[in-house]
Amino acid sequence: MTTLVANRPSADDAVEPRKRRPIKSSYPTWFYIPAGVFYLVLFAVPTFASLYFSLTRWTLFEAEFIGLDNFVQFFSEPMLLRGFTNTFIFGFLTSASKVVLGLLLGVFLTSQLAARGYLRSVVFFPVLVSTIGVGITFKMLMDPFDGVINEALALVGITGPGWLTDPSLALFSIALVDVWKGVGIATLIYIAGIAAIPQEYYEAARVDGANAWHRFWRITVPLVRPATTTVVLLSLIGGLRAFDLIWAMTRGGPGFTSDVIGSVIYKQYQAGFFGLSTAGNVVLFVVVTAIVVPISIWFNRREVER
Amino acid sequence: MSMRQRTRKASVVLGAAALVVGMAACSSDGGGGGDGDTVEITFLSQNGEPGATAAQELVDAFNAANEDVVVTLEVQPGGTEGDNLMKTKLATGEMADVFHYNSGSLLQALNPDQNLVDLSDQEWADSLVEDMRTVVSTDNGFYGAPWGTTQAGAIMYNKPIYEELGLEVPTDWASFMANNQAILDSGIAAPIIQTYGDTWTSQLFVLGDFANVAAQDPDWAQEYTAHNRFYVDEPALQGFANQQEAHEAGYFNEDFASALYDDGVRMLATGEGAHYPILTSAIGAVRQNYADNIEDVGVFALPAQDAADTRLTVWLPNAMYIPNTTEGDELEAAKRFIAFALSEEGCRIQTDTLGPSGPFATDACTLPDDAPPTLTEVQAYFDAGQTGPALEFLSPIKGPNLEQLTVEVGSGIRPAADAAALYDQDVEKQAQQLGLEGW
Repeated sequence: MTTLVANRPSADDAVEPRKRRPIKSSYPTWFYIPAGVFYLVLFAVPTFASLYFSLTRWTLFEAEFIGLDNFVQFFSEPMLLRGFTNTFIFGFLTSASKVVLGLLLGVFLTSQLAARGYLRSVVFFPVLVSTIGVGITFKMLMDPFDGVINEALALVGITGPGWLTDPSLALFSIALVDVWKGVGIATLIYIAGIAAIPQEYYEAARVDGANAWHRFWRITVPLVRPATTTVVLLSLIGGLRAFDLIWAMTRGGPGFTSDVIGSVIYKQYQAGFFGLSTAGNVVLFVVVTAIVVPISIWFNRREVER
Repeated sequence: MSMRQRTRKASVVLGAAALVVGMAACSSDGGGGGDGDTVEITFLSQNGEPGATAAQELVDAFNAANEDVVVTLEVQPGGTEGDNLMKTKLATGEMADVFHYNSGSLLQALNPDQNLVDLSDQEWADSLVEDMRTVVSTDNGFYGAPWGTTQAGAIMYNKPIYEELGLEVPTDWASFMANNQAILDSGIAAPIIQTYGDTWTSQLFVLGDFANVAAQDPDWAQEYTAHNRFYVDEPALQGFANQQEAHEAGYFNEDFASALYDDGVRMLATGEGAHYPILTSAIGAVRQNYADNIEDVGVFALPAQDAADTRLTVWLPNAMYIPNTTEGDELEAAKRFIAFALSEEGCRIQTDTLGPSGPFATDACTLPDDAPPTLTEVQAYFDAGQTGPALEFLSPIKGPNLEQLTVEVGSGIRPAADAAALYDQDVEKQAQQLGLEGW
């Protein structure tokens, strides 16, 4: 597979002189069959099957067609609806934080400072750790009574809250950990984006008397827009389908207060409501598409207009 | 070139063939091989102690006693995660030759008539007590052999605290709350232990109250299955209301939201807490980790409002089943393995390693004479006829979200009536999924 990809540009180059003809594939049709079969069996068939099963009451042994009842259920039950709204809070909150923190860290780590390489790897390091491992570790650290965080706070005389046990805090504590874990990727993308801005702009601005704030706000921010687009899209998609970290830290609890669509779907599946769970997956698919596609188009159009 | 193409084609075919062979090898794993003399079968049980050790001892003892059969133990997680795995394994025909699983409503969800082997012709079948027989049967067949003892969902309490404060075992709710207040005032321990770090432990106020509900309304379970009784109405609402009342009175240990079951057992055994509404199988954990304190732990039924309605809610043991994918020599071996579990040797393992948490559900095994106080106290309720089965053994309906809802009630997130209404809605999904009439 990798050799195929690697060979491709050179094959395209060879075709270049005869560009006006309708594009003809450089490979015989049968070459696509194995990949096509895998795509069909592992992706296309399950996708359409899930659309059907989301309209049924399904026991794995038999399926009874019930129309849109699963979707009605999904939006009428407060416990399921809670997961739906939490998903948006979690997705937008983590995405926004990663953009802001990622950009600031990116600017900081492209400036002239000692141990820059070391600091860059420190910021990126959490990305390399397994999410479940991070979740379990932070669950220990955030324990309200013998967790390190609250014990440290107690030393300076602050009574720490129940990070994961206080119903109004749990979701935000998880979001905090998610940002800590994911900001490294955002920073990396921003570092690349900032490094690509020609130094001449900054020099010219400096000659014109612009201060550091102006250089940041008028040059860096507008010119890293492609990086911002990437960070927003990646972190928003990641945030909307978040599951592993939440499951490792609270399992959606206490009660349902930190449930998101992902954990709701998983719980319905565990309970054996396979049809309802599949309907949840369809909802998640539609929601992610409905949010991400317009944002993607909007960002890209703004970029072209410039 | 053409030569090269041909070899490539051949390798694709070979690759595909290798895939298929690999899959075939996988599936024959589940069925168990067995060439000639020895038959190999697998036994699937759950991880977690002391169950896993007991299962291993049973397998070892059986293998030592039978030269022609080799049993291998597999373990998997229990709880809702395990339910999921069970259904998936049965649906795909990958189930082990013998497996250990809940009786009652969870068994019904496995669709036993379609998936399990009928065991009514087995010699041990007549030794089961009537309640046990019902919960491993459907209208069309009898499927399981009990493994372990009955247990009660009740209040386990620390006896030294009761002695120190001169308290008496309460039989109605008001005196129970009075005891809690006395313990709170004395400041020596948390009156009620709650451990929502393990969410399942939060359900006992509701589930352990069911025998009291049934005492007030004997048809409740049957009418509930027919969709004529609801948790939002008394007497069933009382379990939720009790939990709310206990939370509001401030009787819980301060780390109730994050504490785990093991913490709860520690508090109970060492006297950091006085009352722990839990399953009496906790006595096994006390025996394992706090053996010196085993005489300090006692048990009483969750009190009803009126002492006359107070009954002990009883859970029947899990059982061993054979899926109908087990056939031929493996089936014979599987039946012998199950019979062995109810033999003298099997009973010894159940008593010594699994540890009894109540009377046995079969006449094949008997309790030892030197049982700890918890067991004799549970036995006393049985002898007095003051027991009733838990709802999950009388009705196939159990909503999956009860433990989250009871965590919310016990944490003050949601009022009792509200949680009860949501639970009624939650069980609707389960009833519809099971295809029951009237839902």
